[in-house]
Amino acid sequence: MSTALVTDLTIFILALLVGIEVIGKVPATLHTPLMSAANSIHGIVLVGALLIGLTAHDTVGYILAFVAAFFAAANVVGGYVVTGRMLKMFRRKAAPAPVQAAKPAEAAAAAEQRESVRS
Amino acid sequence: MTTFTNSIQLVYVLAAACFVVGLHLMNSPATARRGNQVSTAGMVIAVIATLVLLIHEGTVTAVGWTVLIVGALLGSAVGLWSARTVQMTAMPQLVSMFNAVGGGAAALVAIYSYIHDESAAGGVLGSTTVFTVLDVLIGSVTFTGSLIAAGKLQGIITGSPVMIKGGRVINLALIVVALGSAAFMLTTASLPALLLVVLASLAFGVLMVLPIGGADMPVVISLLNAFTGTAVAMAGFVIQNWALIVAGALVGASGGILTKLMADAMNRSLSNIMLGGFGTGDTAVAAVAATDAQIRSIAADDAAIQLAYASKVIIVPGYGLAAAQAQHGVAELAKLLEDRGIEVSYAIHPVAGRMPGHMNVLLAEANVPYPQLKEMDEINPEFPRADVALVIGANDVTNPAARRPGTAISGMPILDVDQAQSIIVVKRSMGTGYAGIDNELYTNPKTSMYFADAKRAVAEMTAAVKTLVA
Repeated sequence: MSTALVTDLTIFILALLVGIEVIGKVPATLHTPLMSAANSIHGIVLVGALLIGLTAHDTVGYILAFVAAFFAAANVVGGYVVTGRMLKMFRRKAAPAPVQAAKPAEAAAAAEQRESVRS
Repeated sequence: MTTFTNSIQLVYVLAAACFVVGLHLMNSPATARRGNQVSTAGMVIAVIATLVLLIHEGTVTAVGWTVLIVGALLGSAVGLWSARTVQMTAMPQLVSMFNAVGGGAAALVAIYSYIHDESAAGGVLGSTTVFTVLDVLIGSVTFTGSLIAAGKLQGIITGSPVMIKGGRVINLALIVVALGSAAFMLTTASLPALLLVVLASLAFGVLMVLPIGGADMPVVISLLNAFTGTAVAMAGFVIQNWALIVAGALVGASGGILTKLMADAMNRSLSNIMLGGFGTGDTAVAAVAATDAQIRSIAADDAAIQLAYASKVIIVPGYGLAAAQAQHGVAELAKLLEDRGIEVSYAIHPVAGRMPGHMNVLLAEANVPYPQLKEMDEINPEFPRADVALVIGANDVTNPAARRPGTAISGMPILDVDQAQSIIVVKRSMGTGYAGIDNELYTNPKTSMYFADAKRAVAEMTAAVKTLVA
């Protein structure tokens, strides 16, 4: 067993324990954003995808690099944006006046769209 | 290691620290947004450090840069577009899709690494093979499993359990093929054997999720989330990258905790859920109580009177609310009641909806302040003081039958809705819930049934309350 492997295993196990400790305290209210945040964090695989580029010098390598970069980038960008969008909605007090009240004509459609415009 | 590569490693450690701090800040809604920003910052510096490393090494070809940049830009565009346009009710599908691509990317990283090492002079190390196989196995299962889960949530694939004849035999065969190939790879480096592992795992992912029913989705999504994290950590072992190892471990822990919470909230073991939906075992025909009991149905006006003259109302939302997109209507009704000085709170069961915390996000979207959203343990003692419990699209989680032994849901923690002074249940029909058993709450003399789609029912009640108090 190499030293590098032992180091990696140590890091893995400690990180696992830190994760259990930190995440065990998240309230149920935030479970969806938590999962979405965790989702964006595993987008770190983008680093792995980019590193393929170091040694990829043939068609198979390029294809794998392309697909991996595509997947990982979708994961990381989408994950962070949607988590931010969700968390923005959590308020301690109700917002004073909903935006759609000002424009009754759009009221029906506004419900969903209001959110996406805001983010 | 040179000073340069050491510095890059240190940046990765810094990024990992950002992820931990970011997750820590998720402990409260007040700091959660900052948490997401810290985590994003960690991701940005990790990616920048990687790009610096690629430039410094200078071995990336022009084509290599092109495929990486075009791939990453296209991926970012797709991710950004879906994150901006997704409706909050469709959040579980999106999370599932991100699990799929994350797991898929992790598997691809290991596959590439294996192809590269196999043709290289030194060959593949034994320990690396172990992590490669684990990564490819878990990543591929996650990829197809999450796609099927997303398909079920989106309604492209039926939400009810799909039982394939001889499914278990096929699953067993796939496991044997995957493990056999893996064992072979330990003795001889073999790309075809790795591809066999990939194919068997992809097929296994499909067969694993197909038999699982819609209401068990919170568990499945959490589990696949944990799988993705683990796959990413294994990819970190393969390419010797600490950022991937730490981030993967964190996500694995998070997914694991949520999986356990969800399974506990249904009082079912993980294996029971994974082996297929309700109604497939002996419990399907368990004790059905008082089928001849009277059902009272109620009209909007009467419901409005009960609500408008209550002093405390507890709203119990379920998947039906999400399916009917009724969250804004419910929030409007609640606001109307609150303006009359009525105390309104929401009782959220841990597995209400299709993913952990699904109801909270929908209600937050409808501008409901989060202190009004109460967890099961917190709200249960308050039901006896509630004048009206308004159940909207929730079924099994309110069934008092769970308190008795011998039913399909026995032992499942439920919301004590039957303790309220009166109960109004909004439901489309008398159909049973996911567990396939009658809900004894509906025949309770205190209960009135309001038969309508959640959105329509809420709109009618709101209108009726307005007329009443005008």
